[in-house]
Amino acid sequence: MSRRLGWFLAGGLLVALVLAGVVSALASSSPDGLDATALKGCTVDAEGTITGGTCMAQREGEHQMADSPLADYGIKGIDNPYLATGLSGVAGVLITFGLGAGLFWVVRRRGPAVGTTPRGGVAAGGAPADAGER
Amino acid sequence: MNVEAMHIANGIVNGPVSGAFAALAVLALAVCVWRGRADLDDRLAPMAGLVAAFIFAVQMLNFQVLPGVSGHLLGGTLAAILVGPWVGALCVSTVLVIQCLLFADGGLTALGLNITNMALLGTAAGYLLVAGLLRLLPRTPTGLAATAFVASVASVVISSQGFVLEYWLGGTTRLSLPTISLTMAGVHVLIGIGEGLIAGTTVATVSRVRPDLVYALRRFRAVPRPAAAPTPATVAGGAA
Repeated sequence: MSRRLGWFLAGGLLVALVLAGVVSALASSSPDGLDATALKGCTVDAEGTITGGTCMAQREGEHQMADSPLADYGIKGIDNPYLATGLSGVAGVLITFGLGAGLFWVVRRRGPAVGTTPRGGVAAGGAPADAGER
Repeated sequence: MNVEAMHIANGIVNGPVSGAFAALAVLALAVCVWRGRADLDDRLAPMAGLVAAFIFAVQMLNFQVLPGVSGHLLGGTLAAILVGPWVGALCVSTVLVIQCLLFADGGLTALGLNITNMALLGTAAGYLLVAGLLRLLPRTPTGLAATAFVASVASVVISSQGFVLEYWLGGTTRLSLPTISLTMAGVHVLIGIGEGLIAGTTVATVSRVRPDLVYALRRFRAVPRPAAAPTPATVAGGAA
């Protein structure tokens, strides 16, 4: 990986960490478009529990991972909501980058690098789509 | 504080239909890995990791669209522009799997439904629109931002109708389908506008800093840019 690409990735990751770690504190806590539609027709109490009516969400089940330490974008044991959300966001960005980049690196195409000519007459692995590119 | 995300929870669509969509999602993702490998070189692989991490971060940022209703970016169009349709769908899926398993966001039973709507439908629709629009609009940061905006709005609405289809096939309650379809479409036009602004700003920024990293610009470049390749004389003198 070139150094320039490294700097770009570091910059992008920093932006993502600030968004998930800091800006997330400003996020709206209203139910989103799908949840709001799913609750249409039901009455809910202050904690979001359905108290009556007919709506799509009335048979909604508990999440299998509700006991995860990061469940609902918090961190088990941290009560300050901003701190918990921010830290779980930072953890999520790092985990997603690590897992994503790792998996993509494992399945990536291992042909000759774009722009280099294969040596010794070995023509395998070249991607025609990249032929006009330098 | 409660960061909501617009993923289908458990129990809204029944087991058999959820299972069928899970099978469809696994199959489609296998195709994405197969086709995406042709795009995934040493440069695109870490870039795709970054796109996934960025989508995870931005999905935490719910913005208000109506009183009492919020929304967030889904990311299919953004991913398709930056890393292509196949790898883009894999990026969004990675985010959805992590959100489901670690953050209890989007039911485990509903994972196939969520992947189908947001990763497959959203990315495919976004990519097809981008491919069409980039034939008409200039390949400049502004043109790319406009492309991302229009494609995002349409892609988010199409994703929302994916849910309507799944609910029609296996909803655990029986409510008026046209009403749900219209409500979902209406709210998601507004969410799509928010997504379009975020995606447009992001792709315009990347295309200013590193246009060579934008998949859509590489893919749909009409003529090879002469400025991209330095002349042999400057290479000989300036190689560091």
